[in-house]
Amino acid sequence: MMLEIKDLHASINDKEILKGINLTVNPGEIHALMGQNGAGKSTLSNVLVGNPAYEVTSGSITFNGKDLLAMKPEERAHEGLFLSFQQPVEIPGVSMVNFMRAAINARRQYLGQEPMSAGDFLKMMREKRKIVELDSKLANRSVNEGFSGGEKKRNEIFQMAMLEPTLSILDETDSGLDVDALRIVAEGFNKLRTPETSALVITHYQRLLDYLKPDIVHVLLNGRIVKTGGPELALEIENKGFDWIKAELEA
Amino acid sequence: MNSEQQYIDLFRQCRTMIDSHSAPVLNALREQAFQDFLQQGFPTQKVERYKYTDVPAAFAPDYGVNLNRLDIPVNPYEVFKCDVPNLSTSLYFMVNDAFYSKIQPAVALPEGMIVCSLREAAQQYPDLVARYYGKQARTGKDALNALNTMLVQDGLFVYVPRGVVVERTLQIVNILRSDVDLMVNRRVLIVLEDNAEARILFCDHAADDRSFLTTQIAEVYVGNNARLQLYELEETHVKNKRFGNLYVDQQADSNVSLNTITLHNGLTRNRSEVTLSGERAETNLYGCVIADKQQHVDHNTLIDHRVSYCTSNQLYKYVLDNQAVGAFAGRILVRENAQHTVSNERNANLCATKEARMYAQPMLEIYADDVKCSHGSTVGQLNEQALFYMQQRGISREEAQMLLRFAFVGEVIDCIAIDALRDRLHHLVEKRFRGELSRCSGCKICK
Repeated sequence: MMLEIKDLHASINDKEILKGINLTVNPGEIHALMGQNGAGKSTLSNVLVGNPAYEVTSGSITFNGKDLLAMKPEERAHEGLFLSFQQPVEIPGVSMVNFMRAAINARRQYLGQEPMSAGDFLKMMREKRKIVELDSKLANRSVNEGFSGGEKKRNEIFQMAMLEPTLSILDETDSGLDVDALRIVAEGFNKLRTPETSALVITHYQRLLDYLKPDIVHVLLNGRIVKTGGPELALEIENKGFDWIKAELEA
Repeated sequence: MNSEQQYIDLFRQCRTMIDSHSAPVLNALREQAFQDFLQQGFPTQKVERYKYTDVPAAFAPDYGVNLNRLDIPVNPYEVFKCDVPNLSTSLYFMVNDAFYSKIQPAVALPEGMIVCSLREAAQQYPDLVARYYGKQARTGKDALNALNTMLVQDGLFVYVPRGVVVERTLQIVNILRSDVDLMVNRRVLIVLEDNAEARILFCDHAADDRSFLTTQIAEVYVGNNARLQLYELEETHVKNKRFGNLYVDQQADSNVSLNTITLHNGLTRNRSEVTLSGERAETNLYGCVIADKQQHVDHNTLIDHRVSYCTSNQLYKYVLDNQAVGAFAGRILVRENAQHTVSNERNANLCATKEARMYAQPMLEIYADDVKCSHGSTVGQLNEQALFYMQQRGISREEAQMLLRFAFVGEVIDCIAIDALRDRLHHLVEKRFRGELSRCSGCKICK
């Protein structure tokens, strides 16, 4: 297995959000994580990538056999973990080129490889940009600065293409996207899939899942996974909402 | 004994010696300067303009002064490796307050242009020097002007005649060199006549591990439609104290840009006063400060809009680490006659630690009614969200911090109009942030 989360409890500002998450992701699988606002979906993704604002109070996470919680955020990235941010951050003055070069070379250093040559790097930028139809002008600008909502999300998938993670977390990557941007982002993601890469997709909507075709769908409620099923579960939620699941639990 | 007394005694005792190693044009202003210094004394921090730097404390220690003009052995061309190479400059050296004239650049200056020792200029061209010397840096209004004027013996003179466009950048390397703690009083006089153009780069270095105290008074006169780019790069050490007063008088249609970059220092106070005397003159002041440890950098500016249709811009950015102290007090004065003034002032600061201190004081005084002006200041920390975003992509926290700082001051460095200098400074700033520039890196005489 690639990712194994056991009885994970986490809080922010002393408020417990995750109350015992158990989740296993195998290579090649796409898991969808659904649930109402405040259920803990984004908290889970933030805890996975090591956001210091969140505190893990108990439980464990192993990633490819390694203790994920013992690693710094950058080490988790080097090990193959990627988060497509719900709200990508603007970084004025840091160009996309320098940003990506620093990220790529940090990883290469971690893996004991030589830094990439400038020529190879720019060639790679050009190729990967095409996957999400990202304009060369955007690639030369500061990170996310002045990007539209759709451009920011495309830029996230572009970075994913550059870093080639084994486990990607898409945190509401579909939010705020128009139909075309959603298609570009989803198709871009699909082009990057391999039998060894997995994903955890957080979304409220079926339309992204129509493209990504998840293998397993989880429902998160009040800090716990309360229901797990196949792709049909997402369709059912799209039609009926979450109340029937709550009713089932209370019954 | 108060801080002033040793300078008063020195002047009284050594007046003849000071005069004999200088020139009549310089000597002529000494007595008045002395009277003005006696009357004012050093400004305390109660004086608004000197609020952020303790002048009496800086001048209290007993420094040596080289009034007798003993030759301090150094051949800067042999020992100094410039930190800004490949610029194809006309390179000159000032060793302490003296112009180093034993070797001159190979490329000849344009016809009629003068670059030489101020003392020699005052002897050879007394009328020319007297026309400009001491006219802006008046001794009655600033005690440091008074102190410098009463003690100064030499300095730099640059004269660009009417219509002469100087192709090569003049690079003046100020080297502080001494075997004992030393006070240096240096004077700079730059005159660009109408339609003249020049670029001048000053690099400040301290070659010895001694305490240095420098007063540098620079007076710059920029004629009608003349253009001047002035760069000041300080890369000294923590025992260096620099007090620089720069006065610029701009005539109609002139254009001046001043870039002051403090990469490494001890205590620095730079006063920059620009008088816009002629219509449609434009001035741009840029400042970049990188300070850590207990370094102290105080920029104090005054842009005096005296006439209509002038433009001024100011952009000063500071990155303060450890217990560093920064100050920026920028005053824009738009006088009653100065209609259609356009003036902007922006100061942005990054305090990387809780102990770092920034004092910011943007000031705008408008007495005209049809003007476009703005002023503002921000003090902040590194953006935690941006840091985490970069970490998630695999960039270490330290590297991410470096990238953010570099990006922050990059905006100011990008305002440098000389390509080679701008590229070099980006490189030097990066080295500085990586901690590889804890002393002046380029000069081999730095131990």
